[in-house]
Amino acid sequence: MKKLILFITFFIFLSNNYLLAVDKPSELENKIFKNLRCLICQGQSIYDSQSDFAESMKIVVRKNLEAGMSEKDIYQFMKKNYGEWVLYNPEINKRTYILWSLPIILFVIGGAIIIRKLGVFKR
Amino acid sequence: MKNKIFVTISFVLFAFCFAVFYLGLQKPNIYTPKLDKQIELPNFAGNDFFSGEKVISDNLLKKNSYYIINIWASWCIPCRAEHSFLMALKNKNFNLLGINYKDNNSNAQSFLNELGNPYSKILSDKNGVTSIELGAYGVPETFIVSKEKKIIKKIIGPIDNENFNEILELIK
Repeated sequence: MKKLILFITFFIFLSNNYLLAVDKPSELENKIFKNLRCLICQGQSIYDSQSDFAESMKIVVRKNLEAGMSEKDIYQFMKKNYGEWVLYNPEINKRTYILWSLPIILFVIGGAIIIRKLGVFKR
Repeated sequence: MKNKIFVTISFVLFAFCFAVFYLGLQKPNIYTPKLDKQIELPNFAGNDFFSGEKVISDNLLKKNSYYIINIWASWCIPCRAEHSFLMALKNKNFNLLGINYKDNNSNAQSFLNELGNPYSKILSDKNGVTSIELGAYGVPETFIVSKEKKIIKKIIGPIDNENFNEILELIK
């Protein structure tokens, strides 16, 4: 029993130590990581990925934030190097009007159909 | 009448969705970047492989000469395959700049001892930042940079025979 308690204390102490040693990314960093696509595993954001290039991208994001770049500047920087594809949130421009407006249009149409079917406005 | 319109609309919608998804299936789902316009070479920095000094791209790249920038690592198997092409590109009328990606110095050194060193300069990229600044997608990767410091070609993956001839064609 004594041994077990000693082991558990030691274990908790060590894991605590580890958790303190890892520098956690800030909220802003996480937000940016989640919006950048991993170059190797293309369905993932770099937040989810642990590939070498994703890790490097995280370092670059941190470095640029420290250098005083804003979130937008970083997206611009990545876009310049990798194209718009690297961002998960596509920008609103001529090519993405439909993409952004379609859900809203569908929502309105769907809503209209439901309201008609339910006969909310019928007396 | 109303019912008919509803059925037609739903059928058209269904056909439209089917067509979109069917066409989408034909497309490869791995993205390969297009290089239809020439991109200006971004600024980058790194440490010299041999001396460890910090190097900035502005000081490194001479004006009026072509550059080939090759990202490699000793742990990367395709790099081994393309190395003979790089050796054949040595001492031509352009500079070959190597970027040693996330590598152990002694391993990289023995890689060069074994297969030869085609590079006129090597930057060591310990944490991968230089490669991201350059806009690289993976190892190996090769950039052909014009005299105006624009990237005129990006070769993602190892150089093959076809790429090799293309490089010679581009840089005359």
